[in-house]
Amino acid sequence: MQSKPIALKILDVVSIIVLGISTYLALVFAPKELVMGDVQRVFYFHIGTAWTALLGFILAAVFSVIFLITKNLKWDRLQVAAIEVSLVFFLITIVLGSIWARPAWNTWWTWDPRLTTAAVTELIYIAYFMLRQGIDEPEKRARFGAVYALVGGISAPITFFAIRLFRTIHPVVIGGSNAAAQGGFNMTPDMLVAFFFALFAFTLVFVDLFWNRLRLGDLQDKVEQLKLKVTM
Amino acid sequence: MFFQEATPDTSGYMIAGYAIAFIVMAIYVASIYLRNRNLNRDRSMLEELDKPARVEVRQPKKSPAKSTGNKSAKPVTKKSRKK
Repeated sequence: MQSKPIALKILDVVSIIVLGISTYLALVFAPKELVMGDVQRVFYFHIGTAWTALLGFILAAVFSVIFLITKNLKWDRLQVAAIEVSLVFFLITIVLGSIWARPAWNTWWTWDPRLTTAAVTELIYIAYFMLRQGIDEPEKRARFGAVYALVGGISAPITFFAIRLFRTIHPVVIGGSNAAAQGGFNMTPDMLVAFFFALFAFTLVFVDLFWNRLRLGDLQDKVEQLKLKVTM
Repeated sequence: MFFQEATPDTSGYMIAGYAIAFIVMAIYVASIYLRNRNLNRDRSMLEELDKPARVEVRQPKKSPAKSTGNKSAKPVTKKSRKK
């Protein structure tokens, strides 16, 4: 069994500590929002996971381009790791958004442009793994996956800009405003501390999970090669 | 809800949100751990299977009839053939 690199072990521990601090800042340190109450606190994790997930999808598209140019399977493994971790984070984003929407909008879900594009993005990347499952040949699987991830990557900026381009009830808290938005709020300095720390914490957790998933991908490849060697 | 004067009690939603976020992350970390453990088991098993295969492949090469490229083995093979 290959042992973990010491840097990854340290990152594992630091990620847990940082996530704990972020939770404390969000639940205790940041003041309660007067209009929405405590449910506003899910905002910190909602944005933290959304930021890293969308970044991961764009990173995966970049890895796809590099794979298509170099044909090196290392880039395919990087792409898979980025998409898988992003998919988990984006699922958390959607679920937290839905939980916040229930008291704020009086509904769990509505087919608003932001929610629709987010759901489509999540489904695109679920389908990505279904596509990969259907192809046995590693090179072909990597090629198809790269093209798919490259096209799918377009959905990430569309989701991000949906609240800035279309008329939507989803609030724009950072860098803009939306006349039709419901549930928006202005952040106090303490809220900003919790917000930026959450962004930092989830970036760190993403890097940690990404590294762990990458090592798993390397191991999967080794096992696949060994299987071929033994059966031949 | 937003027209009410008092802050509404929405702590139940907050707890549910954080609980789900941590549960999803914990499930994902567990899945990485379990997949890693299973793959390590597979790898060690496949390496065990691969070991006898390597020995079988090496044995015919050592035999005098198929000795090619092994310089130290060549003179022995010729002598044995002359005898």
